[in-house]
Amino acid sequence: MIAKPAWQALLALVLVLAAWLLGPMTVPEADSLANPTASVTFPFVATKPLIYGLLLAAIVLSMTRLSAAARAAILFVGAHGAAWFLLHGIYGFEGTARAPFFLLVAAAWLLAWQCVTLLSSQRPLQRWLDTAYRLLVPAIFGIWILILWEAATRGAGIPFILLPPPTAIGAKLASSIDIIAADVRQTIFKAVIVGYVVGCGAGFAVAILADRVDFLRRGLLPIGNMVSALPIIGVAPIMVIWLGFDWQSKAAVVILMTFFPMLVNTVAGLASTGHMERDLMRTYAAGYWQTLLKLRLPAAAPFIFNALKINSTLALIGAIVAEFFGTPVVGMGFRISAEVGRMNVDMVWAEIAVAAVAGSVFYGAIALIERAVTFWHPSVRGG
Amino acid sequence: MTSLRSKIIPVLTLLAGLVVLWYAFAVYMNAPFQRDLDRRAGEAPGIVEFIGKTLSQPKPTVPAPHQVATNFFENTFLRNVTSNRSLVYHAWVTLSSTLLGFAFGTVLGIVIAVGIVHVTTLDRSLMPWIITSQTIPILAVAPMIIVVLAAVGITGIVPKALISTYLSFFPVAVGMVKGLRSPEKMHLDLMRTYNSSKTQTFWKLRVPASVPYLFTSMQVAVAASLVGAIVGELPTGATAGIGAKLLLGSYYSQTIDMWSALVAGSVVAALLVTIVGLVGQAVQRSMGGRPA
Repeated sequence: MIAKPAWQALLALVLVLAAWLLGPMTVPEADSLANPTASVTFPFVATKPLIYGLLLAAIVLSMTRLSAAARAAILFVGAHGAAWFLLHGIYGFEGTARAPFFLLVAAAWLLAWQCVTLLSSQRPLQRWLDTAYRLLVPAIFGIWILILWEAATRGAGIPFILLPPPTAIGAKLASSIDIIAADVRQTIFKAVIVGYVVGCGAGFAVAILADRVDFLRRGLLPIGNMVSALPIIGVAPIMVIWLGFDWQSKAAVVILMTFFPMLVNTVAGLASTGHMERDLMRTYAAGYWQTLLKLRLPAAAPFIFNALKINSTLALIGAIVAEFFGTPVVGMGFRISAEVGRMNVDMVWAEIAVAAVAGSVFYGAIALIERAVTFWHPSVRGG
Repeated sequence: MTSLRSKIIPVLTLLAGLVVLWYAFAVYMNAPFQRDLDRRAGEAPGIVEFIGKTLSQPKPTVPAPHQVATNFFENTFLRNVTSNRSLVYHAWVTLSSTLLGFAFGTVLGIVIAVGIVHVTTLDRSLMPWIITSQTIPILAVAPMIIVVLAAVGITGIVPKALISTYLSFFPVAVGMVKGLRSPEKMHLDLMRTYNSSKTQTFWKLRVPASVPYLFTSMQVAVAASLVGAIVGELPTGATAGIGAKLLLGSYYSQTIDMWSALVAGSVVAALLVTIVGLVGQAVQRSMGGRPA
């Protein structure tokens, strides 16, 4: 009944056995073993057998001839259950972990790795299941980054200033949601959105104009290509001098940063239709605007969406960095630079987490619109 | 001759138009302050004299092109290279961390790309996070990374270079994945009929096929790397570098200095991108590739 075991499971077994031989998982536990009469509280009193049991059960069951999906499920439960008990136990005993704690975390991580390997080798026929796997695999990867981060910071007692554990960041995020909401309103809903819409709109309009006037296109394209490589973010202090501290100066930086990628990509997209298609439109006696609307703009859509995606991250960066040069006392960039100065690192990380989520949502929304609009494109059809 | 007529003339015309616009804008933006000055001095200059004055303020809101050009020329060519006021010195400080970060980023990007192409697990689990990593506004995080690293005792060039690394590994990784996967099925099958091993396929087919992709993405990466280095200089109170020059300029309202620092940054960016492009062309030519 034994299948060929995966190397991750074997290594995990070795780690678990090594952890068992090394004995106490934390310093207080070692103290109480050395001095049995004193009553020292130590973590993992009740959960120790549970952690070992979960890991060993997952290792043994993963070597049987169960179906791959069942083995993946077992590994998933074993690895994450053990990780949860490990992290839960160390809470309140930061910096006291000994080698067995880290060995067990490593073993759980190896099992999760094997689980991911099993999942990504699956090619299910049902569409929804395939999508689920495609989402699950990176999700497990992301969760493990957080778990290892938490285990390292809490287990080894890394100073809070250097790197706060994710749970502390989450707690800070929850407790100061008002401040963060005000910052998001100032930075994202005012500066980023206005700048993004105006910048992309202007880039698009100039691209259409350049398409109409050949002289303009020849002059603008080399300039646009060069400006795209320039550190435009450097104009941020100048914009703050011109337009003042409020969100208008940040929006101006965002406009400048998003304008040229949009211009260059749209011009390239408009040039992407072949002679055949354009000749076909001519045989239909289509005018310039008809050809533009019905043939060339749809054909340029992948390029335009590419620019929109690039710009979504650029816009966020531009607005936040511009705030380093002077702001009213609200805004994500202001908060980050102010809280760094006050060594409130958990607040900084909370802002960063919010910025990352906002950036991903922004990007994801545009990607979804792209899939809906350019459904005919090979990269979306999967053909 | 055709390239002259079809490219250079339009570009120069547009640039000339931009300079004219810039002058007009400078006059418009500087006028209120100048009018204020004149009123206090009790002067009533004519229009030509007034415009001349708006274009020669020592700390203008918008410096005129010739002011920036003069400042840039003085600080680049007339100063001792080791002097604190020399733009060459500041550009060199920024350039050194740019190049270090760019080197790290390129190597990291290539390693990640090779891993992604060869290990399915990595492809499925890592690729989405690489894309997500770039939606994090790292430039916004840069100051904190630098302050934290300084607290541990890591200062100087490395923290700045790390930010450049973070910005430059992404284009390289994505470009290399595309490039390493660019050989067609036919070519891969041919390698199989030669009974070549995975390593041989990698070195003799995949790597040569990926070179054009590599250099295109390295051009993007080197520009991103420079941006990272400039922003990395902002929060540390760095005394040298283009970013520090910008920040000091903004503290003391030395607008002309800021603009010439920006020009210096742009020149460095253009040079870096051009050099990477030329190296790419040379490498491809020596590999027997046709110029695209």
